Amino acid sequence: MTQRGIDSDFLALPLGALADAALSAARAAGASYADLRVHAITTETVHLRDGELESAVLDREIGLAVRVIVNGTWGFASHAGLSPEVAAESARHAVGVATTLAALNAERIDLADEPVYAGAVWVSDYRIDPFGVPTADKIALLGEYSHRLLASDGVDHLSAMVMSVKEQTFYADTFGSSITQQRVRTMPALEAVAVDAAAGSFESMRTLAPPTGRGWEALAGDEVWDWSGELVELPVLLAEKTKAPSVVAGPTDLVIDPTNLWLTIHESIGHATEYDRAIGYEAAYAGTSFATPDKLNSMRYGSPVMNVTADRTAEFGLATIGYDAEGVAAQSWDLVRDGVFVGYQLDRVFAKRLGRDRSNGCSYADSPHHVPIQRMPNVSLQPGIEDLSTADLISRVDSGIYIVGDKSWSIDMQRYNFQFTGQRFYRIRDGRLDGQVRDVAYQATTTDFWNSMEAVGGTSTWRLGGAFNCGKAQPGQVAAVSHGCPSALFRKVNVLNTVEESGR
Amino acid sequence: MSALIPAQQIVELALQAAAKSRRSDETIVIVTEVADASLRWAGNSMTTNGVSISRSTSVISIVRKGDSAHVGALRSSAVDALAIADLVAAAEEAAHAAPQARDSAALLTGSGAPPDYWDTPIPETGAQVFGDLARSLSAGFAGADRLYGYAHHLVETTFLGTSSGLRRRFTQPTGTVEINAKRGDASAWAGVSSPWFADVPTDALLEDLSTRLGWAQRTVELPAGRYETLMPPSTVADMMIYLGWSMDGRGAQEGRTALSAPGGGTRVGEKLTDLPLTMYSDPFAPGQECAPFVHTASGSDRISLFDNGMDIDRVDWIREGTIAALTYPRAAAAEFGTNPAVPADNLLMTGGTASLAEMVAATERGLLLTTLWYIRTVDPTTLLLTGLTRDGVYLIEDGKVTVAVNNFRFNESPLDLLRRASEAGVAEATLPREWGDWATRAVMPTLRIPDFHMSSVSQAQ
Repeated sequence: MTQRGIDSDFLALPLGALADAALSAARAAGASYADLRVHAITTETVHLRDGELESAVLDREIGLAVRVIVNGTWGFASHAGLSPEVAAESARHAVGVATTLAALNAERIDLADEPVYAGAVWVSDYRIDPFGVPTADKIALLGEYSHRLLASDGVDHLSAMVMSVKEQTFYADTFGSSITQQRVRTMPALEAVAVDAAAGSFESMRTLAPPTGRGWEALAGDEVWDWSGELVELPVLLAEKTKAPSVVAGPTDLVIDPTNLWLTIHESIGHATEYDRAIGYEAAYAGTSFATPDKLNSMRYGSPVMNVTADRTAEFGLATIGYDAEGVAAQSWDLVRDGVFVGYQLDRVFAKRLGRDRSNGCSYADSPHHVPIQRMPNVSLQPGIEDLSTADLISRVDSGIYIVGDKSWSIDMQRYNFQFTGQRFYRIRDGRLDGQVRDVAYQATTTDFWNSMEAVGGTSTWRLGGAFNCGKAQPGQVAAVSHGCPSALFRKVNVLNTVEESGR
Repeated sequence: MSALIPAQQIVELALQAAAKSRRSDETIVIVTEVADASLRWAGNSMTTNGVSISRSTSVISIVRKGDSAHVGALRSSAVDALAIADLVAAAEEAAHAAPQARDSAALLTGSGAPPDYWDTPIPETGAQVFGDLARSLSAGFAGADRLYGYAHHLVETTFLGTSSGLRRRFTQPTGTVEINAKRGDASAWAGVSSPWFADVPTDALLEDLSTRLGWAQRTVELPAGRYETLMPPSTVADMMIYLGWSMDGRGAQEGRTALSAPGGGTRVGEKLTDLPLTMYSDPFAPGQECAPFVHTASGSDRISLFDNGMDIDRVDWIREGTIAALTYPRAAAAEFGTNPAVPADNLLMTGGTASLAEMVAATERGLLLTTLWYIRTVDPTTLLLTGLTRDGVYLIEDGKVTVAVNNFRFNESPLDLLRRASEAGVAEATLPREWGDWATRAVMPTLRIPDFHMSSVSQAQ
């Protein structure tokens, strides 16, 4: 791991003084527990349209948040100011909120124990700090990639974007922990559009490079991602897609590439194993889960080849961190073992409620102005013991489809019924790929789908995908999360023809 | 809370810093003060809450070289005066390094004098706005039904100043209450938008939820298929808001959206329906007021930062059943030879007269929906969207709601819904559920769809 430190401008803030002011004011006002979080998020978003700059904005958010427990009730207040006076005032304000709303609280808040980490520091593993790269250089590189695509036959329009984020936090609580952390993430995407003006139709295809917990090296050069290869390939694949026949709907054997399967894992396993959802905390908004606590350790989630882990430790994972928003050290654990549902995602309150000794470290807030809630760790499907290749999986299919790249997604509020599309769909005939088809969506019920998984690919097929924009809670919070998976083979999944779905 | 340097002063400080440095030709400063209070509950107990004060300052520097313009845009939540000069310097530096902007236009101009309400106190909010709601909820928590939900009050006051002499200010309040009630396996939802949190009819919402849970005491399973369906205002809002977001002129002109016409050009002028439906946005719509001028630090196909401070007028996107306008910032309007059209932060649709009760009474057999969820694009060429029904699908038989039905996944296009709608009800203020995080100001009719496409059954309750 690259040895990096926390940026000096963040360390120059009066972090210790803010903590002393907030925690002592909270205690003096009657809080039994308090924590302070100073949270800085720097985001740069660059958009190009047809190779020209559409928008480049640098956004710097910083503020402090104080969370207190008063007589077993939470209170929270935040402020954009960073003086000890503001910190103390926010602490008193949080106590006031807890007191004002105490009558509505029927469940006494209790936190699971965690060792104290005093003066801990953690920095993520990245090579090139994206904020050390001038914006003009980012625009130039994205422009150069755009022009390579625009110069190709069949590409009529092109959008290109990159989002770079640096997140810094200082956390201190009344148990004695004080933790300073810094991480970066990068999300590049280029999408080419081919227009058939006469027919009034169009088709698009996006790059498969995933968002990642890396720095600018994710976009610059071919070391992390084979940009040269993908930018040459994409127009050819798009042209093929525009001429491809429409799919025949019906139950179909699918080989799903990790570039598509990560999102299905996110929606049908990641969200379904959030303990707060399972017990109804998100019932009015994000929804609940079919994976309720009474089914823990007994429900068959999928076939015996299904093993799913959660972690906040994966290399370059978007949810990877040293300590969570409640000072709990990063861990790794099982959610599904040999097809059986065995684990949840927890924070310190939910760990206690589930009868566990310790939180598994899933607390996160996306802004100084938002309350930390239980958020998703990296959730990944494990590869098989036998190192099957994607071609090996395809060879087992007489007639089916191989799906590459994610596109649209939707799942119901208990995480049963889902529908996904993709970037590319290849017909499989007699164990081999036989050209692209189009207009494909696959629709299934979560447990039916995972029970239809006959085989998983080996380590050589395993890839880390992910998203920057996972949404949850009210007020809405976004989080970045990664999902690793191998290619996998599913039998008789319902495939829709999206043109027929529209009634045409 | 602690006093910050007044937002008005930040605007002037930033413009002065830019004038002094002379490193840019034009400067736009936007300061938004945000006061926010929220309360969330689940299973008859409060879960999270909070109050926050924050500020966002955007500085946009423009450097002109002949006909080309170069832009640097920075946004910061920093609140100290020293940070402002740094922000201006960074925006200027970014502008000098930037390639040419594709949406260049002359800035709008003003006298430099602020409006007379420029310095009036900035409205705030806090946990106290939830007082009446909390009393009604406490009573509800003591009842037999399980209650879940969220109340949110957001007061955003925006100050915009430009080196070309514009000074504009607007306060946009956003208040919502959503309650989800569960009894056994049955689930129902009710929500309202209330900008200043005055007179939230919490007791009436709880009563309505109880009625709906009563309907759901008997249930039948129905298979996937096409059903005559009454889409109440919240569901129409969620589908039409997505249509509104998809109505950018550039995309349509370039042949890459569902609003592109076969053979080139756009679908403006296409008659979707004989129903006299008019879909529009209007910052002065009564009860749905929102910012009446453009304020943005980032550009897109739909909006340009060169248009900052420009009036947002009423735009009829669909007039009397015919597609009438698409979104164009000024530069795009000039490029495509049409008029600028900028969407306000609300959406309204009028054209019917029947009440929901009358529409139910006129239904022999059909479905009545409550809300939609998880709406995403399936096929952008037709704007085919997928999503779920949520928290109440009811069967209407012989003019009466009789039982509750399972949920469905649908695949439908808002354009096709308008093409097939056979009746529109009276327009009512409603809270969109799926897009409620971004869009809370909506007035929509109930629509009768003779053959709404329920693609599959969802087991979700």
